[in-house]
Amino acid sequence: MNGEGNLSRREFLSLAGASGLYVFFRIEDLLAQEPARLGGRPGYPTDFNAYLRIGEDGRTTCLVGKVELGQGAMTSLAQLLAEELDVPFGSVDMVMGDTDLCPWDMGTFGSLSIRQFGPVLRSAAAEARAVLLQLGAERLQVPPDRLQVKDGVISKLGDPGTHITYAQLVQGRRIERHLEKVPVKPPKEFRVVGRAAARKDALEKVTGRARYAADIGLPGTLHARIVRPPAHGATLKDADTDRVANVPGATVIRDGDLIAVLHECPDLADRALALVKAQFDRPAPAVDDATIFGHLLKNAPAAQTLGESGNLEEGEKSAAAVFDRTYLNSYVAHTPMETHSALARIENGKVTVWASTQTPFGIKAQVAQALGFPPEKVRIITPYVGGGFGGKSASRQAIEAARLARITGRPVQVVFDRAEEFFYDTFRPAAVVKIRSGLTSAGKIAFWDFKVLCAGEREAKHFYDIPNQRTVSAGGWQGGQPTGLHPFAVGPWRAPSVNTNTFARESQIDIMAAKAGSDPLQFRLSHVSDPRMVRVLKAAAEAFRWTPKPAPSGRGFGVACATYLGTYVATFAEVAVDRATGRVRVSRVVCAQDMGLVVNPDGARQQTEGAIAMGLGYALTEEVRFRGGEVLTRNFDTYEVPRFSWLPTIETVLIENPDTPASGCGEPPIVCMGAVVANAIHDATGARLFQLPMTPARIKAALRT
Amino acid sequence: MVRPVSFTINGEPVRVTTDEDRMLLWVLRYDLGLTGTKFGCGEGLCGACSVIVGTEAVRSCSTKVKDIEGKQVLTIEGLSQDGHLHPLQGAFLERHAFQCGYCTSGMIVNAYALLLKKPRPTREEVVKAMDDNLCRCGSHTRILEAIDAAAAAMSGGVR
Repeated sequence: MNGEGNLSRREFLSLAGASGLYVFFRIEDLLAQEPARLGGRPGYPTDFNAYLRIGEDGRTTCLVGKVELGQGAMTSLAQLLAEELDVPFGSVDMVMGDTDLCPWDMGTFGSLSIRQFGPVLRSAAAEARAVLLQLGAERLQVPPDRLQVKDGVISKLGDPGTHITYAQLVQGRRIERHLEKVPVKPPKEFRVVGRAAARKDALEKVTGRARYAADIGLPGTLHARIVRPPAHGATLKDADTDRVANVPGATVIRDGDLIAVLHECPDLADRALALVKAQFDRPAPAVDDATIFGHLLKNAPAAQTLGESGNLEEGEKSAAAVFDRTYLNSYVAHTPMETHSALARIENGKVTVWASTQTPFGIKAQVAQALGFPPEKVRIITPYVGGGFGGKSASRQAIEAARLARITGRPVQVVFDRAEEFFYDTFRPAAVVKIRSGLTSAGKIAFWDFKVLCAGEREAKHFYDIPNQRTVSAGGWQGGQPTGLHPFAVGPWRAPSVNTNTFARESQIDIMAAKAGSDPLQFRLSHVSDPRMVRVLKAAAEAFRWTPKPAPSGRGFGVACATYLGTYVATFAEVAVDRATGRVRVSRVVCAQDMGLVVNPDGARQQTEGAIAMGLGYALTEEVRFRGGEVLTRNFDTYEVPRFSWLPTIETVLIENPDTPASGCGEPPIVCMGAVVANAIHDATGARLFQLPMTPARIKAALRT
Repeated sequence: MVRPVSFTINGEPVRVTTDEDRMLLWVLRYDLGLTGTKFGCGEGLCGACSVIVGTEAVRSCSTKVKDIEGKQVLTIEGLSQDGHLHPLQGAFLERHAFQCGYCTSGMIVNAYALLLKKPRPTREEVVKAMDDNLCRCGSHTRILEAIDAAAAAMSGGVR
């Protein structure tokens, strides 16, 4: 652009450095985030310009590869930027999940946005602020140590008339100066971080103006409905599409395994799809939702020892009582309210896909591969995403839309219906946990032998003081499963592995506490020395107004605690059990967490409330039914998710610990829900549940034994 | 049968020439461009597609366009007026009574119908009225509080 002429970039930069310090911020620069990551493994760019842009209007655009799934990253990341750059929170505009505009990111999952990406964004903003301060000092001819920065204005201490704004300094250009190792602010200087902030997405979401992938309208769009197999593993034999012509305007595309019916109206495409007669060869079902656990026990991959210490044999010799228990949990679906959606358009050899996804950069590579396009000819734009919970890491719909757009030459939208959403979901894997443990006659845990199959190893290791112990894990939610182990895809589900591992561990601890005749809180405290765990347990107990009593006390009180990737969480619950129907009513939940630095306390509370509500589902009702690769659960009438009438009163306690790095909170508060409800049911009735979900039938069966 | 069907949408009369057996949801979203109303389940089980017909909240995914002929339809886009949010929208905004926001239109519209009938509902009545609207993010507590707050703010009934 201006003045660059035929100079090489390096020559130009040196000239710019001598004169104005920055070059004009060109759209090509924004679009050129790609080269930085072509050499080898992708990573976060080191140039702070990748993350922020100061506009001539005084507004700051923050560019991140994270996406807004509802978890509030749009708001908390804006808080981090505003804090370190010293600009008003309200002047930050977020651009998220656009692979052309935003710096590379692995994906929005694992409660990583704040824990892992937060420090990257903070450092970038801190460096930009330091550079701006230097530039301001040069412009105002005042030493930097006699300047202050507030709300994007650099001014002389004691002389506010001598000032210059970031916008005046930068004038919409790219900042070309860089500084090494600029420290971020210490928490005691925070003005924006650590306080509640108005959500950036609020106005659009309450007015219906928020756009999701299915809401992007392009002229000439065709809506595709795709012929799906009746079961995973089924192969297409024959398809008769003649009757599709009965729906005026409907067309059929067949591209290898992909048979799609397209229409300008999605509902009419759907009507036409119903007229396709497709026949499939189906393998005989090898396993179903009743036989799955035996199947997993038989077919799980080789186990790995994650940790051991002491001597299990010696431990067992010292035990006065031994507990050998098996815990089960079913496949669980994500069921975000927004089904997987995508719109693809190909123009001038470049494909743009608007997709509901947690991994825009991941599906960029997949779309490139599917179309045979070079990566720079693929752009993924992520509008608001209507819930993910781990399920929108897989994004088959984006590839299908792109393939169909190339074939038809028109924009094509693919929106899963609810049955497709269940069918192609990457379920939380069914899993088995076997624990053998023992108590000494003094009521101390003598040994602990924990083996988890198919849930995954995350947080499988316990945090209790146990002299003789071993933790073993086989298989998990990630790839590399033996063929046929699961009849369909499995994947990460909010806090992968940890809901299963925590359910088993905290149930077993409770069983031993009861046998020891100890209060379950006291029993835990007597086996925990990590002060952060002690603190969350005590904080939650106080908020719950816990009074010690061994279980079953008849009160229906439960306790469970866990760690999740650095966050400490303790959850207490009160339940009532209807012995006649087996129904459980969870009336009260208190959750205390130590997540280190809390960026947005209201956001953390929202995540906690949401996790507790969602956790009631996997604890009480959520279970995918299937026969071989046929998924029988197809809509909300056969898959019960939590409703208003289930909701307990929820109290959230956030431990003040700002000097410890933020460890995230999107997932931790859900991990105790299975165990805390199981323990509370035991406290109410004396019945112990070993299988999730704890349905009325299973509760009635447990009450009979 | 394709024929013109007339109704009122957010106060404006419209005439849509379409197959009369199509569901209202798709006519709203694609024929009229009102994408604030969402598809969630397609079988009237989740409430994301809720709109007001007359004074009742209905599931637009399961309501044929011929069945709303001559009627008044109100969607989330029609709730704010003269640049002012409806008190329900204001309460949802202030209390952050949403996360992903996908169910939010249906929640607000369903609550609107409740307050038309019962300007000061008890908590139990709110829970009962909202119980078939699903939220997967778990914003339930805040949604109930927002509805209470809006009812109090309106304290005389819906405009």
